[in-house]
Amino acid sequence: MSGDIAAPRPAQRSAAIWLAGSAMAVGVWFIVYRQLVPFSEWAVALSPLQPGSAAFEALKFFLYDTPKVLLLLTLVVFAMGVVRSYFSPDRTRALLAGRAEGLGNIAAAGLGVFTPFCSCSAVPLFVGFVSAGVPLGVTFSFLIAAPMVNEVALGLLFALVGWRVALTYLVFGLGVAIISGWVIGRLKLEGWLEPWVLKIRVDAVDIKRADLTIIDRIRSGLEAVKDIVGKVWLWIIAGIAAGALIHGYVPADLLATIMGRDAWWSVPAAVVLGVPMYSNAAGIIPVVEALLGKGAALGTVLAFMMSVIALSLPEMIILRKVLTIRLIAVFAGVVASGILVVGFLFNTLF
Amino acid sequence: MKEIKVLGPGCARCGKTVDMVREEAARLGVAVTVEKVTDFAEIAGYGIAATPGIVIDGKVVHAGGLPRVEDLTAWLSA
Repeated sequence: MSGDIAAPRPAQRSAAIWLAGSAMAVGVWFIVYRQLVPFSEWAVALSPLQPGSAAFEALKFFLYDTPKVLLLLTLVVFAMGVVRSYFSPDRTRALLAGRAEGLGNIAAAGLGVFTPFCSCSAVPLFVGFVSAGVPLGVTFSFLIAAPMVNEVALGLLFALVGWRVALTYLVFGLGVAIISGWVIGRLKLEGWLEPWVLKIRVDAVDIKRADLTIIDRIRSGLEAVKDIVGKVWLWIIAGIAAGALIHGYVPADLLATIMGRDAWWSVPAAVVLGVPMYSNAAGIIPVVEALLGKGAALGTVLAFMMSVIALSLPEMIILRKVLTIRLIAVFAGVVASGILVVGFLFNTLF
Repeated sequence: MKEIKVLGPGCARCGKTVDMVREEAARLGVAVTVEKVTDFAEIAGYGIAATPGIVIDGKVVHAGGLPRVEDLTAWLSA
């Protein structure tokens, strides 16, 4: 017995090594992160630009924000990769199957935040949910929340713009997903699905999976970093460049006029503008940060961000395989209305 | 001869999964046929909610994300 204590099993020992390695990596991360301000000041001073000029400010914003956002994104994605290993679409579906609407919509939106989801598997997921007896409206609540209120968007919003805006986004994003899904469920649009979808009635498979060890979970965090950061870093740099231009060149009173709270039409304009724009949540947040800094109203900016992320043309085209055009139009209309309400509400209240 | 189907609409991970299955089968010296299933109706018929999925001799063993190599070894040598 005492041998167990003196010499831990190899599995335990390697788990300890992985944990210690992760802790050390996080430590290094913090040290690097603290050097960002001096780094950007040093780097921008090397340029021949005049301090205080628009180009200088734009460059400084870019040099500070790029490493900052990439570092934050890496940490957030890693942490969420670990958290997400506790969730899976199959388990979420099992939790939601046969749920009554109302409570089901709330659960679906909440699970949408954490369940791993990529828009490339939106169709199998949709069919898998509906055929296993998850109500249509509940499925939509999940499908709206999963891309819109995702953990990367929340993490970055929290880090760059502050916890108030992040919390606001979480609450109202979930609200839009819950209510939109509930409305779609009330409308009883099952007949507007493509006919083949309704013919499929299978029992959800029960996949026995080996219990994941802590090493597997750390690995899935690293896997997520490789996967997501590798995929979105270009979007982010483009987003930061756009943010830097706004920061340096756009006069504050111009934005306050066209995106301020007095311009009521700016909210619908932001929603319409957001639909054809397809950006990852991570790319849009530096733009959000810069817009807010220049006096754009919070409601207008939130509406823009939600529209870009939740109403994407490519995803609608993918969903066309399972939904009729009428149903896609209802889906887009209901979600857009929800976003409009959020935008107006915020501009009126704050 | 194991009959393996990889379910997935053609995303990057689905192709990677096919490669992983082939490689592991070759390493173990197990004879397999690997078929890609890309039709949405057929994928849904297996009752999975996330892709890529793996079906071995008619039984779904995996759904969602890349499989672990250890699991592949276990499935293929079973």
